[in-house]
Amino acid sequence: MKKILTSLALLGLVVAGTAAIAAEEEHNPAAPTHFPINEPKEMSWSFAGPFGTYDKAQLQRGLKVYKEVCSACHSMNLVAFRTLEGLGYSEAQIKTLAAGYTIHDGPNDAGDMFDRPGKPSDHFPAPFPNEQAAAAANGGAAPPDMSLLAKARGVERGFPRFIFDIFTQYAQGGPDYIHSLLTGYDQTPPAGMVIPEGTHYNPYFLSGVSLKMPKPLSDGQVTYDDGAPQTVDQYARDVAAFLMFAAEPHLEDRKKTGFRVMVFLLLFGALVYMTKRRVWADVAH
Amino acid sequence: MSEGHSTYTPKTGIERWFDARMPLPRLIYDSFVAYPVPRNLNYMWTFGGILSIMLVSQILTGIVLAMHYTSDTNLAFDSVEKIMRDVNSGWLLRYLHSNGASFFFVAVYIHIFRGLFYGSYKAPRELLWILGCIIYLLMMATGFMGYVLPWGQMSFWGATVITGFFSAIPLVGNWIQQLLLGGFAVDDPTLNRFFALHYLLPFMIAGVVVLHIWALHVVGQSNPTGIEVKSKTDTVAFTPYATIKDAFGMIVFLFFFAYFVFYLPNYLGHPDNYTVANPLKTPAHIVPEWYFLPFYAILRAITFNIGPINSKLGGVLCMFGAIAMLFLVPWLDTSKVRSAVYRPWYKLFFWLFVADAVLLGWLGSQPAEGAYVFMAQMATLFYFAFFLVIMPVLGLIETPRRLPNSITEAVLEKNKGGSGHPAGATAAPETKG
Repeated sequence: MKKILTSLALLGLVVAGTAAIAAEEEHNPAAPTHFPINEPKEMSWSFAGPFGTYDKAQLQRGLKVYKEVCSACHSMNLVAFRTLEGLGYSEAQIKTLAAGYTIHDGPNDAGDMFDRPGKPSDHFPAPFPNEQAAAAANGGAAPPDMSLLAKARGVERGFPRFIFDIFTQYAQGGPDYIHSLLTGYDQTPPAGMVIPEGTHYNPYFLSGVSLKMPKPLSDGQVTYDDGAPQTVDQYARDVAAFLMFAAEPHLEDRKKTGFRVMVFLLLFGALVYMTKRRVWADVAH
Repeated sequence: MSEGHSTYTPKTGIERWFDARMPLPRLIYDSFVAYPVPRNLNYMWTFGGILSIMLVSQILTGIVLAMHYTSDTNLAFDSVEKIMRDVNSGWLLRYLHSNGASFFFVAVYIHIFRGLFYGSYKAPRELLWILGCIIYLLMMATGFMGYVLPWGQMSFWGATVITGFFSAIPLVGNWIQQLLLGGFAVDDPTLNRFFALHYLLPFMIAGVVVLHIWALHVVGQSNPTGIEVKSKTDTVAFTPYATIKDAFGMIVFLFFFAYFVFYLPNYLGHPDNYTVANPLKTPAHIVPEWYFLPFYAILRAITFNIGPINSKLGGVLCMFGAIAMLFLVPWLDTSKVRSAVYRPWYKLFFWLFVADAVLLGWLGSQPAEGAYVFMAQMATLFYFAFFLVIMPVLGLIETPRRLPNSITEAVLEKNKGGSGHPAGATAAPETKG
């Protein structure tokens, strides 16, 4: 058995080695074939790990970045204002926040469409009336909806990291990617690389050398009132954390419930195991 | 438990009343209390019970999810998100269901490999094995259609690729593909029929499970020695012995399941499925769910034409052939000895086959280019060679170890210190529990 396992391990190593060689060949920095060019940087997030919780101050800052910068082009169709209670806002604060938006509603009894102030049950209004309008205004590519972005983006982890990820509970690929992308502008492309016109080089972009979105954030662009540094790096962290919340508002609930379930299963399992030992004690097996 | 062995004696009036009209309590007593099981079953034999609870869990969570789901291409994606955000504990139901499908397959793969290791498919258990293979096929169909329902990018493109296989079949291929799709491309009719079938198939699985358990109770369980039960001392009663052991196995399994549901709920999924389906935008790599990856690798390994069979049809034939192999196993294995415990060479090749299946799975997740294609071709070759060459030939040329005379003898020998029992290290899986 030991021998078999050793040979299995050896076989695995050989295979991994071959694959690594296969991946290395023909590496030309000016014409990369695999994206992203750079892997996302792994950041430390408050919501990582079995006891992770959202940092409410960070989420509020992230919301501010979304409202003042991202929302000019990116919709967030699936998120209702009432969801923002998870950011630590009171009901009254949410009402005020929602009322700051104008919602196109109707038809009313006279059959007319009308504008009214937002209510907590409304969702964030989209910046463009439809996808075509969004694409036309942004050089042909519609900016993606941000409701699920933190779960809809992720760079493949590859062998053997995807095995380690099970034990480290790495589930922050989305926020890591968003943070890296937002801080990945301003870099000079390698000599000889062709950057299509109207696009911007970013070595962290998932599906090419460059993307249509220009660098969205710059230092000091959004004013924070809690003393957090007003830098691109901090903005990127905050908005990535907020987008994780937008994509997974029940994350804290999930992890809390999970801990109780695990403790219950451990205790119950121990009791059942002792019972099993007792039942089988007089039977050789 | 076959007819005529019932030891059930109704004690109360109501039990006697039932027993004279419809002996349901007797059936339950005979099947789940008095039913004799070999005394030497190890924890690999708890996966039958684990699979039953997974099926029940999938059906229960699935029915509640169906109450909130809308099978319309314009609404499906948002209705799933509504479940995740607004339905009470909806996130839990959906993560239980999506990860439950994965763990259902984890359990079924362990169950199948256990059968292959201990020769559980040999006479008189061929029909039991084939019913199991049918359940596995139904599970694959159900899993595939379930993955389409959230209507994300991988749902749509996975469905496009997999239904596309059928068009490779000569003459009737296009007709079958259009019948599956309800049109010429994956669209609203596809989603609606997949939803209807996804709801139907689990109940068909439950039906075949009943047949599977019926067949099991006629021939009885196999066991790690592969020697048939010969006397009463070889067995113990299902309750309490097997019930308590199964219960412990289930709890351990649920522990791993819960770990993924609560801490890594999206680990086994693909990020692209959180983007709504877009027929105009093909994802960079279309990857099926992990449990299909070995077959996907086999499909893509056939990059060459063989006579009149082009590479596409060849790939599809190999993929379905890979599953068909399982159905033939009872007749491909020529060995007179059941259990790999007494078959040193078969044991070696069994573990190589496990490694090969894992390797194929990994290759299925990689792009079909460069060295990966060659590796997939070699792994596919070994996959088929295991069934078509190694299994039949090994049974004829291999010298098995000495078999004990009975289960009881094997158990007593082992407890004595194990002279005559296969080498200590290999006994590890049998000594557990």
